[in-house]
Amino acid sequence: MQLRRKITDFIAANAMLLATIFSGLLVVSIGGALLFRAWPLLAANGIFNVIFGAQWSPSNGLFGLKPFIIGTLWVTGLAIILAVPACVLAAIFLAEYAGPKTRGIIKPLIDLLSGIPSVIYGVWGVLVVVPFIADILGPYAAKHWHNIPIISTDYTTGFSILAGAVVLAIMIAPVIITVADEVLRAVPREVREVSFALGATHFETITRVVIRKALPGLIAAVVMGVSRALGETMAVLMVVGNVPLTPKSIFDPAYPLPALIANNYGEMMSIPLYDSALLAAALFLLLIVLVFNLLARAALNHAIKRAA
Amino acid sequence: MTDTLINIEGLNLWYNQTQTLKDVDVHIQPRSVTAIIGPSGCGKTTLLRCINRMIDLVPGTRVTGSIKIGDFDVYGRGVDVTAIRKRIGLVMQKPTTLPMSIFENVAYGPRLYGTRRKKDLQEVVERSLRTGGLWDEVKDRLKDPASRLSVGQQQRLCLARGLAVEPEVILFDEPTSALDPVSTVKFEQEIIKLKDKYTCVIVTHNIHQAMRIADHVLFVYLGELVEHGTAHQVLTSPREASTASYLGSGI
Amino acid sequence: MTKRKLNNIIFKSLTFGAAGLLVIILVAILSVITIKGMKAMSWELITSIPSGGFYLGGKGGIANAIVGSLYLGIGATILALIVSIPTVLYLRVYAAHWFASIIRTLLDILWGVPSIVFGAFGFALMILLGMKASLLAGTITVALFELPIMIRSIDEVVKMVPHELEEVSYALGATRFETAVKVIFRQSLPGVVTGSLLAFGRGIGDAASVLFTAGFTDNIPHSPMDAAATLPLAIFFQLGTPFDEVRQRAYGAALILMILVLAASLLARLLGAKFNRYTVK
Repeated sequence: MQLRRKITDFIAANAMLLATIFSGLLVVSIGGALLFRAWPLLAANGIFNVIFGAQWSPSNGLFGLKPFIIGTLWVTGLAIILAVPACVLAAIFLAEYAGPKTRGIIKPLIDLLSGIPSVIYGVWGVLVVVPFIADILGPYAAKHWHNIPIISTDYTTGFSILAGAVVLAIMIAPVIITVADEVLRAVPREVREVSFALGATHFETITRVVIRKALPGLIAAVVMGVSRALGETMAVLMVVGNVPLTPKSIFDPAYPLPALIANNYGEMMSIPLYDSALLAAALFLLLIVLVFNLLARAALNHAIKRAA
Repeated sequence: MTDTLINIEGLNLWYNQTQTLKDVDVHIQPRSVTAIIGPSGCGKTTLLRCINRMIDLVPGTRVTGSIKIGDFDVYGRGVDVTAIRKRIGLVMQKPTTLPMSIFENVAYGPRLYGTRRKKDLQEVVERSLRTGGLWDEVKDRLKDPASRLSVGQQQRLCLARGLAVEPEVILFDEPTSALDPVSTVKFEQEIIKLKDKYTCVIVTHNIHQAMRIADHVLFVYLGELVEHGTAHQVLTSPREASTASYLGSGI
Repeated sequence: MTKRKLNNIIFKSLTFGAAGLLVIILVAILSVITIKGMKAMSWELITSIPSGGFYLGGKGGIANAIVGSLYLGIGATILALIVSIPTVLYLRVYAAHWFASIIRTLLDILWGVPSIVFGAFGFALMILLGMKASLLAGTITVALFELPIMIRSIDEVVKMVPHELEEVSYALGATRFETAVKVIFRQSLPGVVTGSLLAFGRGIGDAASVLFTAGFTDNIPHSPMDAAATLPLAIFFQLGTPFDEVRQRAYGAALILMILVLAASLLARLLGAKFNRYTVK
């Protein structure tokens, strides 16, 4: 009997070890597989040309990713600009003003927001955001903002960087708010009391003391939001227009990197090196997202150390 | 700085359904050190924090009665709480520095009230640090983060910070309980020096400390002000049995 | 009123406003999808497959996508469980400290990988193994996608099992495997259930991971090697058509998908609260 249990333990341990190694190596495998399939292109054109090449014309053998990287930057950048002020304010509301009951209602709602699938955001974007930009905001901008760069436009279909950014901002809001809320709540009670005892108002205490103390953590929250935004595919793809031209205004369409990969998988195998290019794009995306993740964790660790 | 008498009349406090302060009536003498003593959890800190309405920050508290600083009732109707706290400073038990430089810590209060010019701020900061007995030790490193100071220095920084807004009254909530004996003595010396200009109220669980620095003593037990008088009288010949038994237990 | 007081009130209102804005947006999203979806909803929608081609044909419903998604979601979640549970238990019971650190770091890195990258990886695997776009390929890819989510949430639960409980088991002479299964796993079972539900919700709703790997078809799959339609892709493809009747199907699919995902997350929340009453503290 003893022997049987021992054997079971031995077999089980090894089976579980296998599973564990599998899980651990998965991320390495993903990187490796992408690199393997992307290699033909990278070797042929050189990494520099792939990333910074401005021409994308697969049938001509041109695989420059620059327009798509720029597209990603525009959409993600605008999404952050839209999301951060509102999310920080909302997190301050939760951490500083809301009572337990209110938190108990709002936090689950925010969780709900984060559970909604990407395609659904896309549908909503197509039904609500795109027409709004096409019919209301666009014409207004054409009339009144004619001379201001970046937000001027003559005509927009609504499928634009702005639409993508709005949808993206809503999708990353839960991440930013949840982390920011925790970070704010971690600021010790005594520091707030010091400020109040000197006669400061709640507003002054929050802005001059609490945020200052929580700053590394708040930055980490934003970086996490960026990381999530970079990888987001479907919702953005459905509203952003998918035109690989360099945008000049937020009302122009763009073609972010994930959209490139998603839209063209069908033709991948028909043109030489096309699949390598798309998988190189996926590899690039993976690396960027990982870098931002690591930055966020480093910032959070720094914040934790500072608070101690 | 003035002859402000603190007049506490009929002060009652309820925390949720429990009454934690009962009918406190006392005058706190100006320009002197008054110590509030008593067993833990019996209302000393609660009483102290009523004076500058820091007790408001605790949800579930309800206060009746009045606390008058001079003619001004802290619990009057429509009173601006932030204005009260400018007149009454508080040094807390745990030396807590704001996440800024030494200079900015002290300048925090004056900035709130409109002092903006660099020269004015520098004057205030130097004056406050001198009065708090810290100037010599930090004058060469005002831009350093305040967290780099030793614990004893941090507490004196907290004192200087409170002095910078030019209060009339300074409250101390067990200010030396986190300090080592040497820093404690240093801090007590600063308090004694403050007596000339400020009304000081200190909550302490250390009878010897009360003996060293207090002019007047309040003994609070189970939420009631059991006895008060000069330090000499209360500490050496207490009138009430509970006072005597608290003092006698050698705490 | 002084300027300071005014600032105080303005700021407080702004924070209220920001929180309120988010709630309004959530309500807006849910209601638009519900309204549009309800208009398209019918028994036919749920039970019949598209006729005349899913992109062009106006008749029929989305039964292909509903069944495909359910097969795929449930299959992927089960596959993910098969790998996650042993991984987490191994890390807790067997692993040396240094080994666990390395694996946990690798898993943290895996956590942030976007679903499109999983899709691309799945596609690369398919080419390598000579597989065609199929239910099986899609299930495996989504299982990989769910893996980090599931491992993280199960790990959180297993972390809460007190060490004393483990020690009691060893003291009674149990092997590590027996302790892992009879004590730790049993104690964590509610958390595993909730973690699975949440991962299922994420997996079934994701489009990018099945885009390359599961294919798409009008029909209900009969074998793992058949291509399978999924709700997210059904929505995506059918939304883009010029035909209104087909677009209606997309809205209906969107509502059904949303209901499935919200139901999974609601169930997870309810079960989580219920089971917490019985855990040893």
